[in-house]
Parts: sequence; C-alpha cells; structure tokens
Amino acid sequence: MSILGTRVLRTEDPKFLTTGGVYTEDLVDERLDGACHVFFVRSPLAHARINSIDVSAALEAPGVVGVYTAADLADLPVVPPSAAGLIKAEMEHRLLATDKVRFVGEPVAAVVTQDPYQGEDAIELVEVDYDPLPAALGFDPGDDSLLYEAAGTNVAGYWGDASALDPELFDGCEVVVKQTIINQRVAPAPMETRAAAAVWGEDGRLTAWIPNQGAQGTKSSLASRLGIDEGLVRVITPDVGGAFGAKFGADQEHVVVAWIARHLGRAARWTETRYENLIAMTHGRAQQHTVTIGGSRDGDVQAYRLEIVQDAGAYPRIGAVLPMLTILMTTGPYDIPKAEAVAKVVVTNTTPIGAYRGAGRPEATAALERAIDLFAAEIGADPGDVRRKNLLAPFTEPHRTAFGALYDTGDYVAALDKALSAAGYAELRKEQAERRASGDVRQLGIGVASYVEITGMGDGEDTPPQENATVEVHADGTATILTGTSPHGQGHATAWAMIASEELGIPIEKITLKWGDTDLIPEGGGTGGSRSLQQGGAAVQQAAQELIEEARLRAAAELEASAADLVFDKSRSAFNVAGDPDASVPLTQLAASERLLIRTVFSQPGATFPFGTHVAVVEVDTETGKTTLQRVITVDDAGTVLNPLLAEGQRHGGIGQGAAQAFLEEVVYDADGNPLTTSFADYPIVSATEVPSFELADMATPTTYNPLGAKGIGEAGSIGSTPAVQNAVVDAVAHLGVRHIDMPVTSRRVWQALQAAQPGSEQ
Amino acid sequence: MIPAQFDYVAAESTSHALSLLAERGEDAKVLAGGHSLLPMMKLRLAQPEVLIDIGGLIELAGVTTNGDELVIGATTRHADLAASELVRAEAPLLAYAASQVGDPQIRHRGTIGGSLSHADPAADLPMALVALGGSVELQGPGGSRTVSADDFFQGFFETAMQPDELLTAVRVPRRPGVPWGYQKFVRRANDWAIVGVAAVDGRIALANMGPKPLRATAAEEALAGGASPTEAAQHAADGTSPGEDMHADREYRSHLAKVLTRRALQHETG
Amino acid sequence: MTHIEVTVNGEKRSGEVEPRLLLVHYLREVLGLRAANVGCDTTSCGACTVLLDGKSVKSCTVLAVQASGHEVTTAEGLSVDGELHPVQAAFRQNHGLQCGFCTPGMVMAAVGLLSENPHPTEAQVREGLEGNLCRCTGYHNIVRSVLAAADQANAADQANTEVTA
Repeated sequence: MSILGTRVLRTEDPKFLTTGGVYTEDLVDERLDGACHVFFVRSPLAHARINSIDVSAALEAPGVVGVYTAADLADLPVVPPSAAGLIKAEMEHRLLATDKVRFVGEPVAAVVTQDPYQGEDAIELVEVDYDPLPAALGFDPGDDSLLYEAAGTNVAGYWGDASALDPELFDGCEVVVKQTIINQRVAPAPMETRAAAAVWGEDGRLTAWIPNQGAQGTKSSLASRLGIDEGLVRVITPDVGGAFGAKFGADQEHVVVAWIARHLGRAARWTETRYENLIAMTHGRAQQHTVTIGGSRDGDVQAYRLEIVQDAGAYPRIGAVLPMLTILMTTGPYDIPKAEAVAKVVVTNTTPIGAYRGAGRPEATAALERAIDLFAAEIGADPGDVRRKNLLAPFTEPHRTAFGALYDTGDYVAALDKALSAAGYAELRKEQAERRASGDVRQLGIGVASYVEITGMGDGEDTPPQENATVEVHADGTATILTGTSPHGQGHATAWAMIASEELGIPIEKITLKWGDTDLIPEGGGTGGSRSLQQGGAAVQQAAQELIEEARLRAAAELEASAADLVFDKSRSAFNVAGDPDASVPLTQLAASERLLIRTVFSQPGATFPFGTHVAVVEVDTETGKTTLQRVITVDDAGTVLNPLLAEGQRHGGIGQGAAQAFLEEVVYDADGNPLTTSFADYPIVSATEVPSFELADMATPTTYNPLGAKGIGEAGSIGSTPAVQNAVVDAVAHLGVRHIDMPVTSRRVWQALQAAQPGSEQ
Repeated sequence: MIPAQFDYVAAESTSHALSLLAERGEDAKVLAGGHSLLPMMKLRLAQPEVLIDIGGLIELAGVTTNGDELVIGATTRHADLAASELVRAEAPLLAYAASQVGDPQIRHRGTIGGSLSHADPAADLPMALVALGGSVELQGPGGSRTVSADDFFQGFFETAMQPDELLTAVRVPRRPGVPWGYQKFVRRANDWAIVGVAAVDGRIALANMGPKPLRATAAEEALAGGASPTEAAQHAADGTSPGEDMHADREYRSHLAKVLTRRALQHETG
Repeated sequence: MTHIEVTVNGEKRSGEVEPRLLLVHYLREVLGLRAANVGCDTTSCGACTVLLDGKSVKSCTVLAVQASGHEVTTAEGLSVDGELHPVQAAFRQNHGLQCGFCTPGMVMAAVGLLSENPHPTEAQVREGLEGNLCRCTGYHNIVRSVLAAADQANAADQANTEVTA
C-alpha cells in the first residue's frame, strides 16, 4: 500500500502546537548572548530631501549603543536594480536613505540599544531635517516630481513594444469592449513580520538567522550588499511565520543589522513592528490594466489586448520585472487567435512592489476573467458558456502559446464543467432569477473564473528548472533528507518524508528533513513560485531511488550474490536474494561501516501549468452594498496529489487570500503619499467571519515533466478566487445596470456603482 | 508598539483611587480593562505619567437594580454584561451592544466604564447608553454627581468628566419586553462601526455620524408624530456631521444611517 | 519597578518588572514561554492569546502588573505529560495549522471559546475566533479542528454520562 496520495498528518505539528515554532524572535542561542537590539528611524514623508540628521540626543538616551546613518555605510557597494538592462540603472536602492527619501517608511537611520524596550524611546530622539517634495503617485505619476533626477523620468522601463501594437487587431470583430481595471496594491502581511539576528565569528564569517524563502538566495544578497565573498556568509533559516513571496533574498534592514553586528563586534537582533511591516515590507500587485476584447456576437473571442502599467513603488525591485510574467500568461487557458500585451513600469513615492502569492500571474488572470465577463455581458451570454466556447481543447502534448509559454498538460473544459456542476450552477442561476424577479433586497451573484498558471519556473532560458536533494540512511534505522527547498508552512518535512519512505521502506517518523542552512546545503532554489514538490520532491524521490541502487551494490557484496539477483522489499526495508527471503540484509545495516548517502539534482524540462475554475457565490445587500461571501467552489488541478491534506490546506489559504483581495484588502495612500493602512485595524486581512468553508472538487491531470506527476499548488487558489469573487459581485447587480466594479469591491464601491447605474433613484 | 514609561499604582479602594486622582489628575489615567487605553499608549497617542489601576476594586463591578434602573459597576467587563441574565431581560440592547465590542478576548477585559470614558464616537457602548437614555455616576473630591448620556458625551473623545473624577457606575432604565433594534455596519468583524444605530422606546442613537454619539432627533420626532419606520428613517441623517475616511464619504454615511435606522426601528439586529 | 506574583501554568512566579512591561513580553522574555507570539500593534491579531483566570485575553494588551495575583495559562501549559490537549490534538488531526505563527493564540482562543460554549455551530466558531487572524489556512481547517474538538469532548461527556447513569 503506497503512502503516496494519502492524508498523512504532519510530523511537524506536535512542536508547533505545544512549545510553538521557533521563529527568529524566539531564538535562544549562545552565539546570540548579549545581543544588542536594532530599531529603524523611518521617513514620515513620501518624498523629501534630507538636509541633515542629528543623532546627538538619541546617542544620550538610556541604553543606546550606537546610531548609524548612510554616511556610516558609505564604503559598502551599491547594488543596481534587478534587470538593470531593462530597468533604469540610475534607480538604485541604498541601504539607508542618503540625500532623499522616496517613500513613507524608508529607513533613514538605525538606533541600537541594549534592551528592546529602550529602542522605541530612542528612535523618537533622532532629528531629521527634511525638505518636502511633491509626491509622484498613481499609474501616471508624470515627470514633474522626479524620484531620480539622474534618470530624468519616473518611467523605469517597458516590457514589450507599445509602438508595435496592431491598430487593426479588432477589425472584423462584431463586438469590442474596452475597460480600464485596477489590480490594487495589497500587503502580503504574513503573521510573522521581518526579523534578523546576526553575529560575526572570530573567523570573520557572518552567521545570520533570517526568516526567508531560500537561504541560498538570502546569502547571495547579503554577501553582495556587504561587499564580501559568499563563502564568508552562513544563513540559517529558523521557523518562518509565513512569507507569501515577500521574504526572498535580503532587504535593506537585514543587511544593516548584519553590518551593525560586524561594526560593534557583538550579536545584533531586529524584529519589525506590524506598522513597519505594512509600510516597509514589499507590497504586491499594483497594476493598472486596459483590456480590449473583441469577438463575434455568438460568443467567439477573436482578439484581446492587455496594456499594463505597473506601479513599482519607489525602488524598482522584483515588482518591476513581474509584468513580464503577466504578459507571458496574457491569454490564459483560452484559444484567442490574436492577442497582444505590453507593459510600462513607473516609480512612485510608495512602498516598493515585490512578489506576492502568484507574483504577476494572478494579475493576468484577473484582467482576462473580467474581460471575458465584460464580453459575455455585452453579447448577453452566460459567462460559463462563453468560457466553454473559448477554452483551449484538452491536450496531453505540450502546447505553446503566442506569448511563449509552453503549457505541459491541460483539460480546461473539464475543470470548468466540474466546478459548475459542483456548484450547482443551474440551480444558482434559477435562484438568482427568482430573486431578481421579486426585487429582493439581497441579490445573488455567481462569479466564474477559469485560469491556468505557470509554476516551477527556472532561473532563465539556459538553466532548466531544477532542485537538489541529499538522502542519507543511518545505521540506527533513521534517515535524513537535505533539501534545497525552504518550507514555511507547506509541510515539506512530512511530504518529503513520505516520498523517501515510499522508496526506502523506512517509516516517516524516523525520517528527518533539514533545510535552510547554507553551510549544510550550499545550493537551493528555495520555496516560491509553487516549485517545491515538482522539483524538490522529485529530487528527493530521485535521490532515494539512486540510494537504493547504491545500496544494492553493497547488499550484493554482503550477500555474495549478484546485484541483478537481488530484490528490495520495501515492506521490510531490506534486500534479499530473489526467491530466498531469508538471505537478506536490512537497508540500514548497509550504512554500518560506510556512510550511505546520495546527493542528486533533479532537472525538469520546463515549468508546469496547473489550471482550474473557481465559482464564487455572493449575496449583495443592494441597500447598503455589502457583500457576503457565501460559497467558493473550486477545481484546482495541479496534477497528481501527494498528500491531499496538505494540498487542500494550500488551496484553502490561497482562496482566502484571493477572495480577500477581491472584496476587502487594499493598501491606501492619501494625496500626499501617506499610507493610511498602517495597522491590522486599518488593513483588513480577512478573519474567520468573512469567509465560508470552501468546497473543493478534485481533478488531477498529471504532468509528464516529473515522475511524481505533480505541478505546483501553492498559488493557484489565490489566482482563481480573486476574479471569481469580483465577477460574482458585479454579477449580483448586473441586472441593475452595473458592468464593472474595481477591486476591492467594498460596500461603498458597490453602492456607488448602483447609484451611477441608475442616477437619481433612491435605494 | 510599547508604551512610553509611566508610574503605576494599584488603587486599594475607590477612595484611594480618588485621592490619587486628586493628586495627579492631569498627568494620570485610570486603568481598568485597559482595552481602550493601552492600545493608545502602545501607539504613543497617549502618554500619561501615571496609571491608576482600579481593576482590582471588586466593589466597582457587577449589576444590581435600584428601583426602575439597573446599576452597572464601572469595571463590569463587556463579556459579563453581555451574559448577564438581568441585563438581557431588562436592557437587552445594552447586553447586545456589549456583545458586539471587538472580539471575545477584548470583551473579557474591556469594561463599560473604560469604554464610556474613552468616548469613541464609533463605539458600541456610548451609542447604546445614549439610545437607552442612561446616565453615569461620577465621583470626585466634591462628592458624586449623575450626568445623563446626552450630556456626558461632549465631543471627539471628550466627556464631561473632570481630571479628578472617577466614573463609578452606569445607570439605565429597566425596560423588560420593550422592543429594540441595533445595527452595526462594519467592513470586517472586529472593526469599529462605519455607521451604527441603536433604537429603543422612541429614542434613536447614531455612532460615527459626528464627533460624538448623536441622537437622531428629527427621526425621533417624525416617529413620535406617527411616521412609519421607513418614513422616520429618511430623517436619520438630519443634523449630523459624518466624517469622511477611507471607508465612507459623507454621502454614503448618510445613506447608511437612513437604511440602518429603518432596520433598527424594525427591531432588527445586524 | 513593581513587584508581581503571577501563577503561570500552575507555577507561582514572581519578580520585579517595569510597569510598562507587556504580559506577552513577561511570558516570553522573562519566563521563556515563547509560544505566544506578537503579530501586530493594535490588539487585532490574537497571536498573543493566553488564558487569564481561565478567560482568553490578548496578552499584548495586558500589563504584567495587571496579571499579578492572577493565573495565566499558555499553550505550553495545555498539554499534560507530553500528551496533546484535545484541542491541540484536533488541530493536528485536521491540519489546522501551516506556518504555526498564529497557532498557539488560536488554540488558546479555541480553548476559551469551548469552555464558554461547548456546542458551537460553525457560525459561532467563526465569530468566536474573530479576534484571531491567520494568513495561511483560510480558516477552513481551523474551524474543522474546533468543531472536531467540540464533538470529541461531547462524545466523551456522553460516554461518561452513560457510564455513570
């Protein structure tokens, strides 16, 4: 009986449930004894010149060990923005602000104290003299107030060629609809904020504990910004309290903490407050979409154009590059004969944009799924029918889209039909019709969204996506796995143990997973982009299989038989001579005199493409505009499921976040660039009362790209649910003349849309 | 995230608390549940020099009757108020309001005295007290006085309390069997009301339609003149000055006030 | 400095603390009980939830001095002799945690909820946990876990009642 595909409970859980996870702030380690505490003075203005920074009062405050500004860090290298060829190289990001601040929350100075409580007192005493400048905000910030004088513009770069857009793209379309859509800025807001603990050893090496999504990438980031050889850096990953894309690499603050530890010759620690997290951890999304969709009156979509403006925030980081992924997924799961996409990236006086669950791909789906609904509304057709008519036919051989994506396997119509059936779509439409006929105050809305998304991308064209694993069997009957992935809630300790157990016949309780220590595991791609199972898990399987073959040779010698005559009996975790079960040797015994371990790298031909359909059912109170999310029904096909318990958890979490973007969350700035959503009282991450229990329908179309048949599941839930919920709310009031409502579809927005659709009427 | 430094003293009795207030009034804040005060201190929006903790004074907690009034001790926790059989029977609007404050953990700590003296115009209990036509008992160096809800809330987070006074009890009329309604419009659970309405016995109070909890007097008058809930509710926003924030502008708040007032007058809770 | 005496997980603890020391920091930094986490600045997230005299409270909004003379129970104090408390066991059975950061607070809030309402409906569970935020699970399995714990407790009660009847 294979353990694969079964609902194995997490081996991690007893610790988390009793003594709790050990997050960076929890660390007790003798290397960190006597650590000082770092606090950041941050800009209260969105855009200003710094005239002077007076640290004298702060230096006198109780417990203050030091106060540092950019001047103290002047001999550290300046790292140019990512994609420096495509993004203006002048848009550099310093560790601490030098002559200017460019967003509220930008770190300006670091105050170091003996005890944590002294820090908040001391930062108030640092006096910064600012000359405010006008804030450049929005998707068209203009060039009147430049963030980087040297760049001469607030446009950071372009993706695609706007001049190559075909003015005749929609010729021949009976129906053309155009709409500008906002995919609003959101905050990743993991429950654990950012943190760091750092100490330099006598040997001149840095040991840094940082909550991250890939220790190896964090190490490279730290080394390059500290101007030191990577060999001098060791990153250790404690338990991580959620990341959602925003804990890759190293941020300015992490580097400053490491520098302080070196400068003072003692350990340094930092944990940001939630306020800091909401304004200085990278934000997500922030794209404006102008969609144009055209086709025939009977529902054939013939042409689609997507014009993107990416607000990258004050410093072009990963966010500036994400539109490339949005463009890649322009046509999603549909067969659209003619399609174009371009993007412009601007900088504004706001928090920089980084990766956030889906990182560029949810944006493509959100735009496309709104466009499909707008098209359906224009021709008076059912949104499910229009999708069915235009989805790509099922395929098992890879399918290349016009945008260069090579979809591995897919059956989009089956996913659509399965989701609609599970939702009881026909019944829902019937109930909706009844409520519309009776003019019920509470109207029903049904939203559909079909998606395909890219997971497990490699680093670039030349390197195939890959991951390494080391599996070792010990003489005492246990086994250890080293992985290049970096779990932060996904359950790899259990999942990888399942995979290894299946090959080795060792029970999962006896298998330990290690990750996130760069001295132990120098290479790895981390966890993000939903890559881990398909590449990391496949690597574990491959390593375990190779280990069995290595062990077979030892068993042959041990049993004085030829390797070809031996069978490995998983149920006993032992080799025996075929036909002679007594002539056997346990696997673990073969580790007795010499270590038995294999390190392998699993390479995958390319990225994989999970897909699905989400259906959301909402009730809208047409008197107040308030939406209640009643049901979310999903099909998320990510190929063969290794552990349904874990896969469901990933889907639930994604649906929760995705739905939250649709109807609740938004980072809000005022006209001067001051953030208004700076606490969990203002930034409304969803609570248990806003969402229902979710209904998950299962479908598994394996990929041929790895032996597990697995694609990535981590982000899919957040990709389908956002447009499904948005479409549902618009659908609820469509009969009252509403065609579109931007996200978040708050009660105010719904009410305003109702007012605008029927001017002069009192609800 | 953590408060500025302060001195702390645990009052040993009500009179001890009063003498401390007389001494340090201007620089002091009273601490009971701390769930209005401590969040402000943690954000450094309030930086009192001394906290006088009355949380241990059990004489200030509990619900009793006194003729046609319920008397609720100032340090009665929201959870206890919400669960009190007596209050649920005789002033159910108040019990319901207490059940809507924040979340369960907040309700285990927050007190009615603390919430009323904090006087957040968007909060549940100030609005409820105004709807009920209740009053508060204040004790000071000069003795004690009773202030009606209508007079107690004076402005934005401002009450009639003097720095040397302590709110010791809350009084509400006993109205067993009298229908009531309560509407709290929020974006998300645990939020303060974008607009709130509480209605009982011809009185209508509004939360977050001005700098303090307001009476919807025009709507009350219409109702008294025989108007239906729907007709009366049309006047709910008259005379109000709702603020604008990221949740709502003036127009939307006024609209909500009308809808919610109609629902409250129809004895709905939501 | 103020002298405090607090009973924590059944053990009497005492010490001198700054009045502004938050209970959550007293538990974590002074007593080394780090299961409760700090997740926000505005009493919103509940990751710091513990029981104070048996009632769930957010320990970030209680001063250590206010806990003097009272009893505190933390997640570490729930399991007995290494055996998971039934609520903890239910969270494990139902995959009610992913990254684990909100979990100790969520479990304590659930214990508090079930002590006040042993037979909650799903809606009551969701409302009862409105003070606890989770970013990983979408709450689906957390709700399953709490309902399962309630079912288990009720089944155990039934069995006991049947035995004694």
